[in-house]
Amino acid sequence: MQKEYTVTVYTEDRIGITNRITVIFTRRQINITSLTTAETEIPGVYKFIITVLSTREKLDKVVGQIERLIEIHRAFVHEEDEVVYQELALYKIATRNLNNHNIEQLIRDNNARILTITADYVVIEKTGHQQELLSMLKQLEPYGLIEYSKSGRVAIVKWSRRFHEHLKDLSLKQAEL
Amino acid sequence: MQQKDVLPTKPKTTASAPAVAENITGAEAVIRSLVAEGVDTIFGYPGGAIMPIYDALYDFQDTVHHILVRHEQGATHAAQGYARSSGKVGVVFATSGPGATNLVTGIADAYVDSTPMVCITGQVAAALLGTDAFQETDVIGITMPITKWNIQVTRPEDIAPAIAKAFYIARSGRPGPVLVDITKNAQFAVTNFEYKPCSYIRSYSPTPELNQEQIAAAALAINDAKRPYILCGHGVLLSGAEKALIALAEKAGIPIASTLLGLSAVPTSHPLYVGYLGMHGNYSPNINTNECDVLIAVGMRFDDRVTGDVSKYARQAKVIHIEIDAAEINKIVKADVAVHADAKAALEALLPLVNAEKHEEWLASFREGDKLEYEKVQQNELHPKAGGLTMAEVIRRISEKTEGRAILVTDVGQHQMVASRYYQFRDPNTNITSGGMGTMGFALPAAMGAKVGAPEKEVVAIIGDGCFQMTLQELGTINQSQIGVKIVILNNNFLGMVRQWQQLFFDKRYSSTEMINPDFVQIAKGFFVEAKKVSSRDEIDAAVDTMLAHKGAYLLEVVVEKEENVFPMVPTGAGIGEIRLD
Repeated sequence: MQKEYTVTVYTEDRIGITNRITVIFTRRQINITSLTTAETEIPGVYKFIITVLSTREKLDKVVGQIERLIEIHRAFVHEEDEVVYQELALYKIATRNLNNHNIEQLIRDNNARILTITADYVVIEKTGHQQELLSMLKQLEPYGLIEYSKSGRVAIVKWSRRFHEHLKDLSLKQAEL
Repeated sequence: MQQKDVLPTKPKTTASAPAVAENITGAEAVIRSLVAEGVDTIFGYPGGAIMPIYDALYDFQDTVHHILVRHEQGATHAAQGYARSSGKVGVVFATSGPGATNLVTGIADAYVDSTPMVCITGQVAAALLGTDAFQETDVIGITMPITKWNIQVTRPEDIAPAIAKAFYIARSGRPGPVLVDITKNAQFAVTNFEYKPCSYIRSYSPTPELNQEQIAAAALAINDAKRPYILCGHGVLLSGAEKALIALAEKAGIPIASTLLGLSAVPTSHPLYVGYLGMHGNYSPNINTNECDVLIAVGMRFDDRVTGDVSKYARQAKVIHIEIDAAEINKIVKADVAVHADAKAALEALLPLVNAEKHEEWLASFREGDKLEYEKVQQNELHPKAGGLTMAEVIRRISEKTEGRAILVTDVGQHQMVASRYYQFRDPNTNITSGGMGTMGFALPAAMGAKVGAPEKEVVAIIGDGCFQMTLQELGTINQSQIGVKIVILNNNFLGMVRQWQQLFFDKRYSSTEMINPDFVQIAKGFFVEAKKVSSRDEIDAAVDTMLAHKGAYLLEVVVEKEENVFPMVPTGAGIGEIRLD
């Protein structure tokens, strides 16, 4: 059955690695709904967090093909309940609307916070699951939303224990050679 | 230049350049790196962006033999043939832009057929990258999905490490093609050179550790089996597991069938060898896939040409899949016992654990299918009473006269299937063909490379008239480099396999498949390659003898029956149980 999955991929730092990964999804006609990537705690190792709508069966094969790439350490598919995840949204609204009492209440109720205030606009930040971010977006719209921006998913896998050690071991082995 | 009766010229010396040098150009670093890897043969074509490398090559003519092809695609196929016959890595040079894009077909072919190859392409200077400069193409982007690995190098000091990595990746694990793109400034610039071979990349583990639990589970399944069945793939040849495979089959009394690329791993005459699998394979090996109780797939990837409709493939069987590439396990067919391992290591570990068995009844069941196939198909093809020459009788004649010892290089189409069915292989790595890609035009350059890789062997290319016209310019290379390859064109004036499909599935609407061909003998002679054309049954014996006795290259054109079909056949989309004999 098609549903939302999180795919995590640990890679070496290499030009074009994003392309190498995404083309494997493309070949199987899988649309990537979000992609977040950043360096991990191990220098030179990057983590890709990819969300997709697909089936488990297809993704298990995709992950195998991703792992075949030379610069990939490991790739995993995670069910919704296997990861703790957050996304981050920024909302920009006109400063004049800040005087509106409802906005302040709205920010408090949503556990959001104000990042910056200028004479013209205010930027509000909120983290949460996509539905919560969208809900706040809807609530802010009547007050003159100027711009909205949302990140991809950032996730921590519940059952991952030794991967950090595994990567450190690999780095040590490399250093010995 | 007149063709002379000699084998390919060998480098005059094998002295290797020192693996350390000061202040040399990046271009020289390329050549010294290749020499350090033991490369003595390169197939290539010069051009603007790779000129510094060619200039450096000029000083290494005694060590490195460069074969000037007539088209870069030819270089890749030649490198494939060379790699498959010699067991070494094939090396290709090409310039940027069109030179590099002309490599694409051969790279893709090598990728699906797991052939180790290192392509080195020149690139415009780093400062021009991304500006749509003259002869600039994004060869890294283009070849990303069809290389095992690729890299662009823009600094001379990065050249040696990149080439070291390229060779390690190309030949380890499941082998494949690798591309190193080097900008012109990096070729000109000066660097200190030190060559360190690569044997470790932290994100890459090519050889899986043998898992004893998986081996034990496989042995248990084999020992429980009443009708065990081995499918032998290219991985058997790549890992040098032929003897281990035969030893296992002999001890446990297991019949072996082969995929297209697995052919020649087991001698055709071996009593346990039951034939060739797939769409145009033999009858009983296909039928019995759906009768066995344990299917032992070794170094093969369940290509759709082998499985037909997967939902009707070996449903009754417990599947043991021995495979070095983890991504192939459970990709097409779910494995009950997955053995993620090098084929040779796995088979050697299995041997002491399997029971000695005979399975005589099971083996006999193959012979019933063979008999049926012989009566309905082979008899008429091998000993026709009337009509034009059949492809089968030509192949069988070549098989007999070479005693199955030649390296057979086939192109793609009917002749390829017929050759695979009727040539009787004796030695490993004597079948070179384009399997996964099905690249027409493969055979002539691949045969040329195969002969360079194994000059002591007879190399016979079997080529259709359509295929030949895709890369026939390589006759020029054959002449210039004096490569003594034998070329047999099976000419039916049709794109035969497409025509067969049109006949069977498109109501005989022969859309654009009939060919008005040139005079192939004149063409060969124009390239100073000796040639002859035959069209009748009583000429064929002498013609094959003349070809094989001729020293140096020779082209034999055989006019064959115009509308011959290849049977058995599993129609597209059908299950292998629905294989047709007519």
